[in-house]
Parts: sequence; structure tokens; C-alpha cells
Amino acid sequence: MSSIPLVSPHPAAAALRTATTEPLWVRLLLTCIALLFLALFLVLPLFIVFSEAFARGAELYWASISEPAALHAIKLTLIAAAIAVPCNVVFGLAASWAIAKFQFKGRQLLITLIDLPIAVSPVIVGLSLMLIFGARGYLGDWLMDHEVRIMFAVPGIVLATIFITFPFVARELIPLMQEQGREQEEAALTLGANGWQTFFRVTLPSVKWALLYGVILANARAIGEFGAVSVVSGKIREQTNTMPLHIEILYNEYQFAAAFAVSSLLALLALVTLLLKSLLEYKAAKDLAQGRSH
Amino acid sequence: MTKSSWLKPSVLPGFGLSLGFATFYLSLIVLLPLAALLGHSLTLSWAEFCKVVASDRAIASYQLTFGASFVAAAVNLVFGLIVAWVLVRYNFFGKKLIDALVDLPFALPTAVAGIALTAIYAPNGWIGQHLNALGIKAAYSPLGVTLALIFIGLPFVVRTVQPVLEDLEKEIEEAAASLGANRLQTFCRILFPALLPSLLTGFALAFARAVGEYGSVVFISGNMPMKTEITPLLIMTRLEQFDYAGAAALGSVMLLISFILLLLINLLQHWSNHRHGAKA
Repeated sequence: MSSIPLVSPHPAAAALRTATTEPLWVRLLLTCIALLFLALFLVLPLFIVFSEAFARGAELYWASISEPAALHAIKLTLIAAAIAVPCNVVFGLAASWAIAKFQFKGRQLLITLIDLPIAVSPVIVGLSLMLIFGARGYLGDWLMDHEVRIMFAVPGIVLATIFITFPFVARELIPLMQEQGREQEEAALTLGANGWQTFFRVTLPSVKWALLYGVILANARAIGEFGAVSVVSGKIREQTNTMPLHIEILYNEYQFAAAFAVSSLLALLALVTLLLKSLLEYKAAKDLAQGRSH
Repeated sequence: MTKSSWLKPSVLPGFGLSLGFATFYLSLIVLLPLAALLGHSLTLSWAEFCKVVASDRAIASYQLTFGASFVAAAVNLVFGLIVAWVLVRYNFFGKKLIDALVDLPFALPTAVAGIALTAIYAPNGWIGQHLNALGIKAAYSPLGVTLALIFIGLPFVVRTVQPVLEDLEKEIEEAAASLGANRLQTFCRILFPALLPSLLTGFALAFARAVGEYGSVVFISGNMPMKTEITPLLIMTRLEQFDYAGAAALGSVMLLISFILLLLINLLQHWSNHRHGAKA
């Protein structure tokens, strides 16, 4: 049966095709509008970052990204992301296990609360942390007595970054795990696996691409966060300056080429993020297709 | 079986541990700081609170924040639909690359976007100099704020409309055509109503994101009080003057609006899934 062609060429088919698409000039016009809009708002800013970064030559570019203040900012940014992202991975796995594998009251409320940090302005995130840990905050006196510094120090930056990147992993995992259901885990338990074995050998492998996807998104956001970190950091050079804050300082000092040089590193990272994201989408689609053909 | 009143029984283990950890972490990281914010704004008397949140400067900042966010989200609504349509329905060279690039505003740090857009639209910038010759001031004006917010919200409409458009069945359009509808009628009567929930969801998401945006706007706006000062920046200014209660009051107002927007988005998404699910 499979050797019979599925679609026979027929004049009616051609007529139907023209009836369900637009005339050529409309297609061309819409494509041009879309491409122009994207070129103006996406390609041009990206291009400007790199062209301005090298505007004063490669030597200044190299000097801007290898000076001690820049290197320290890069280090601090990476540390903050390296702490914040794993914390949110553990949370994301726990939350999605509870939400996707069990039916309980208040589940919808929990999902809504997980989305909350996306809707909250970064400045408000920083402000809220300040009101708890700042000198005049609720814990201010206690922290002062015990000589613990959270505001204008690395812990504050890490806390702000965790808040901002809070939902990313959980949001990717919850819908996928809900769709996958419970049968696989129940089978594993029936066959004698314990809870952790079931989780690590059955659940985790089946959500690995979504997990990685969430990690990449969270990481990009963690590294680029500006508003929240700017409130809590105090912007002390070589102490509490992250890359985006370093860019702001350079820019406000009219060191434009240097500001764009550091920006170009972040823009490069954004491009790598997009590349990895597309790769993961391709991988996940392939896995899904394979799973269906079995 | 005592707790089955709120939990459906299941053979899977780890419910207590995972839910306990998740709620503890959520409370500690997210809810506690936000509660502190609301609590702190209560240290003001009602009259003081009103004086802060309804001052001329605050009202000017709301007008700019919500006005620019609305215009930016509306621009994204129109162009986002066109981009999604072109990406789903037409084939052209480099389509995959462009599809991937749509997410750039999610991946590019806002400060980088801010200085790049300022460089483009400043009076001596690439586009800014031509606009300047026409007498239009782009950067350091409400227009500049809107441009930054268009960039920030660009992916939302595209990414909410795209999957719905992909799943629409061709048969419906064929039926419309065979019943004598022309292309425009088919779009207005058949396709547009099907896309409406996802369009509105994308609009609301872009609007909510724009309202809270700080990083990209702070560079391009020029930050003049009463003219180009957005509400998050006003909060920042209050903080720098050590006026914590004032900052908390303004923050509470913004937070309340965020809550309402989030609720609206959830309702829209519910409607969208419902419509979408019923069709499939």
C-alpha cells in the first residue's frame, strides 16, 4: 500500500493552494515588513555593539576587557550566576515533581506564585531585599551586630540574582512533566526501584533537554541582570561590580569604546545562548519524534 | 487516608519533601522580601502614602511608564503578528536564523540593549541624526523610552502567536475558500478570531514586562523628572535619598499593578488554552 503516492497531481489541488495563500505581492510585502522591523530592532543594535567596540581599534578593545576592574566584574558575574542557577535547578526539580506528579489543592496558586518574579520590576526586587537586609531594614541591626554584610556585598548580589532567575527552570519543567504523567515512575517503583533511583534513572533523563533549556535561559538572565543588582550592589569597583554595572560606570564616564567592548562580550554570550537554545529545541524535537516512532 | 481531602493518594514518594522544600524556598526568596516591601509601606500614614504615590512627579512617571509601555506593546502586537505569520507561512532564505534571532531581547542584557539603542538614536547616532534633521528627538525623550520598550517586548507576541498559527488546520481555510470567501475575509472572520486569545496574551506579557523595565530605559530616557522619568527610576531616586518609606510606597503600587497584570495574563492564557484545546 505504501508504494501508492499519497498526493496525486490534480488541477483542483493547485487551485486550492492558491485559494489558501495570499497573492505574491502581499507575501513579498509582508515578508519585507517583517524583515525590516527585525533588522531595525534586532540586527542593528547587535551590529552597533560590535562596531562601537572596535571603533577605537583592537588594542583599546583588548585593554578594556583585560583591565583589572573588567576582569573582576567578569569574575563576580560568573560567581553570582554559578550560585544562583544551581539553586534554582534544585528548586525547579522539587517544585515540578510536586506539581506535576501529584494532585493537591492550591496547586494552581503555587504555579502562579512561581511566575511572580517575572512580573515584578527588577528595581522592586532590589528594594525589597534592601528593606530586609539594609542598614535600616528589618534584619539590619542584627546583621550589623554579627558583622554580616549582605547589602553592598556579594551575598546581596547573589540573592537578587536568585530572585530574578527564580522561575526559569521550573517553568520549563512543569508543563513537560505534567504531559509525561506518572506511568513511567509507577512502573519503576513496581519493578523495585526506590524513590531516588526512580527520580535519577527515569524522571531526570526524560526531562534533560527541558532542564538544560531552563538552565541556559536562567544563566543568560543571571549574567545580564541590571536593575535588581544595581540597587543591592553599591557599585564598588573591584568589589561589588558585575559586568552590566561595569558597563554603566564606563558609559557614564564617557568611555564609550570601553563600555561597548565589555558589552560585546555579553552580546557574544547572548548569541551563544540563542545558538544553544536552537540546538536544544532541535534535539528535543528529534527525541520526541523518535519516541513517537517506537 | 486522612490527608486525602486535599491530596489525591498516589504511590509515588517524595511529595512531602518536594512540596515542603519548594514552598519553603519560594517563601524565603520571593514572598518574604515582597512582604517586607508591603510591610514597610505601611509605616506611612494613609495621608503620607497618598502624598507620595499621588505627587505630581509620581503621576508624571506613571503616565510615561504606562503610556510608553502601552504604545510599545501595541507596536509589538501589529509587527509581532506579521513576523509570526511570515515565519510560519512563508519560506525564504535564512528563515531559521531569523527565527532564532527573535529571542535576542531575552538573551541580551538590558544594559547592553540600552547603550546600543542610545548610540543609534542619539542626536549624533546612526538613525538619530536623520530624525534630528527632521526635528524629531528620539533619544532622551518619551519616544526613546518607547523604542527601548519595543525592543524588550519584541519576542512575546511572536512566541505566543507562532505555535497557535502552526497548529491551525488548513482544512478550515480551504472550507472558507470553497464557500466563496476571499483571503481577507478568511483572515478576518476565521484566522483572526482563532489567534485573538494568543495575541492578547502576547500583548499583556509585553506590557507587563515593559512596565517594570529599568536597565534599557535608564540609558535612553535622559531621566529628566516630570518629562522622561519612569516609575522604577523614581523609586531608585527615592532610595538614593534614603527615603525608604517613599520608595516602598511607590514599589507597593507597582507591585499591586504587577499582581493584577499577572492575574489577567493567567486568565488570558486559560482562555487561550481552552479555545486552542477545543479546536484540536
